[in-house]
Amino acid sequence: MARWGMAADLDRCNGCGACVVACHSENNISTVGDEQASRGRAKHWIRVERYWEGDFPDVRLKFRPVMCQQCDNAPCEPVCPTYASHHTEDGLNAQVYNRCIGTRYCANACPYNARFFDFFNPSWDKPLQLQLNPDVSLREVGVMEKCTFCVQRIRGAQLQARTEDRALRDGEIQPACVQGCAAKALVFGDLEDPESHVSRLARSPRGSKLLEDVGTQPAVTYLARATQV
Amino acid sequence: MTQPSGSKINDDLLRPLFHTSWRFFLLVAVFGGIVALGLSTWMWQARNGYGITGIKWPVYWGFYITSFVFWIGISHAGTLISAILRLVNAGWRRPVTRCAEAITGFALMIGATFPIIHLGRPWLAFWLAPYPSDRLIWPNFRSPLVWDFFAINTYLTGSLLFLFLPIIPDFAVVRDKSTGLRRKIYGALAMGWRGTPKQWHRLETAMQIMAVAIIPVAVSVHTIVSFDFSMAPVPTWNTTIFGPYFVAGAIFSGIAGLLIAMALLRKFLRLEEYLLPLHFDNLGKLLLVMALLWGYFVFNERLVTYYGNEPAHMAVFWRTQSGTFAPLYWTMVTCNFVLPLILLGIRRFRTITGCVIASIGIVIGMWLERFLIIVPALGHKYLPYSFGIYRPTPPEIIIASATFGAMCLLYVLFAKTVPIISMWELKAADHLPAKHPHSTAKEQRLGDSHA
Repeated sequence: MARWGMAADLDRCNGCGACVVACHSENNISTVGDEQASRGRAKHWIRVERYWEGDFPDVRLKFRPVMCQQCDNAPCEPVCPTYASHHTEDGLNAQVYNRCIGTRYCANACPYNARFFDFFNPSWDKPLQLQLNPDVSLREVGVMEKCTFCVQRIRGAQLQARTEDRALRDGEIQPACVQGCAAKALVFGDLEDPESHVSRLARSPRGSKLLEDVGTQPAVTYLARATQV
Repeated sequence: MTQPSGSKINDDLLRPLFHTSWRFFLLVAVFGGIVALGLSTWMWQARNGYGITGIKWPVYWGFYITSFVFWIGISHAGTLISAILRLVNAGWRRPVTRCAEAITGFALMIGATFPIIHLGRPWLAFWLAPYPSDRLIWPNFRSPLVWDFFAINTYLTGSLLFLFLPIIPDFAVVRDKSTGLRRKIYGALAMGWRGTPKQWHRLETAMQIMAVAIIPVAVSVHTIVSFDFSMAPVPTWNTTIFGPYFVAGAIFSGIAGLLIAMALLRKFLRLEEYLLPLHFDNLGKLLLVMALLWGYFVFNERLVTYYGNEPAHMAVFWRTQSGTFAPLYWTMVTCNFVLPLILLGIRRFRTITGCVIASIGIVIGMWLERFLIIVPALGHKYLPYSFGIYRPTPPEIIIASATFGAMCLLYVLFAKTVPIISMWELKAADHLPAKHPHSTAKEQRLGDSHA
């Protein structure tokens, strides 16, 4: 059984936001319109956090792409009264939209604020409604949604490998954000396989987890920025 | 002054049942209108989506959960207090217990609607119940929300029973005094009460059992409500003090709610001879104790957070202490601690008016307390990039306010259909002196000095 994980090399991330756009189009994330977005209703399953360090003029800008960390010890899971938020065998934090009744408890328990609530039925700024992904279900009003590590791509690749009677190759599965990252800052793969690219990065001395002391045991490793720019 | 007895009790306490004035219809119309406004606003919310509220990323709980905790807190007025007073056999409790128990029942009903109002998909709320479904999915018993579901249902069932049991003999009195349809309805409610020694014995036993059983239930209910917060890894939520802190706060706000209700009943139903200054004085003292206890808990919670000095906790700490939420925070401290200490701690101010002013302050302060526990922490959770602030919108304010109308409406209807003071318990007090000479004599003395 695989254990899916990701590594984000902050040395490579230039904050372009291509991952955010790729995620939106892959996962049918509705655009809520500028008015609602300004009221804090925008949904970005992956976001690029910007932090400034130091005082002017010696300012350093840091980017950190933050998505659901697919925690091993996820605070969102035990609090859900209906099992909408639950753990899959391959270590993903699954969100079953049809099972969600919208208590929003999971979002409160999430230390990363990686979960988003559907305040309205989905709608898109034209002409985005013409490019919906048939592999991803739409979410109706009143449910929570979040990054799935593009589970539809994982399952698709697994199915493909099984029909061809072979093992999955490292790098064969690429979530939309990984595929969209021109700087190759994001790497996805199987953490159970010690030779996979993501496993090697996860063991890097530059590696750390986000909010490690909260005890969530995330599957995403951040590689600290080493270069001075 | 001695308490009225015999037929005067019947006349005074049954008057609202048999005589309907225009005031009753006016009150029902006003409060009913408020409730209808609240219900239609909720329908509007369910139809148009949750977006009409002020809830947003990352503050996903706001006015509704605040009101939920507030009303469940108010519900601790009745059953718990009346159960304790019954068990310690405090003679002065008699005119107070029923109006307190009624508050519990109604506050629980109102409080229990909020988790449904706040749901994203309220029409699926029944998924919290463990029923045999074709999908073979049970609720997640690890979730504090499921614990809530069971705790509140248990408490609601228990407190309605506890309210109903001592009304049975009074229902029988109403049955015997009425004719026609009213006689039929009250006859059914009296469940064949004839007042035989066997029936009395059974009633006393049942009430004794309920009084003992309801106390742990009441304590567990608000502890479990506090678990909704303390089980989540949110700065300042994840603390062991929340259980007792919430229970103390609940009893605190409950007594305050009870005092306000008692003062209104006394005025509108002309119960001056039954709800005596003694009752306000005694409950005022209890309220003072709870104010001190509340202050102790807040001091503990604050000092431990401050001394622990964890960055994420301190961000929330300063936000309430001196930041955005400071005006609300210091209003809360004034309402919950300073005001009661002055009005209830100084004997000269501990009059009915003083108690009511302090109680109104406490109700406001306790509502703010819940708001200040929920909102600042959610808006300041670890990653500075995702900090946020919450502002309620009119629909939320209307729905939250309408529940006060609902409380008044239920109470008016209750006072119209049930003697608001337990008649048989008052009458029983006449026959008690031989059994409890000490407590009754003391009660008389206190009553004299204050009347």
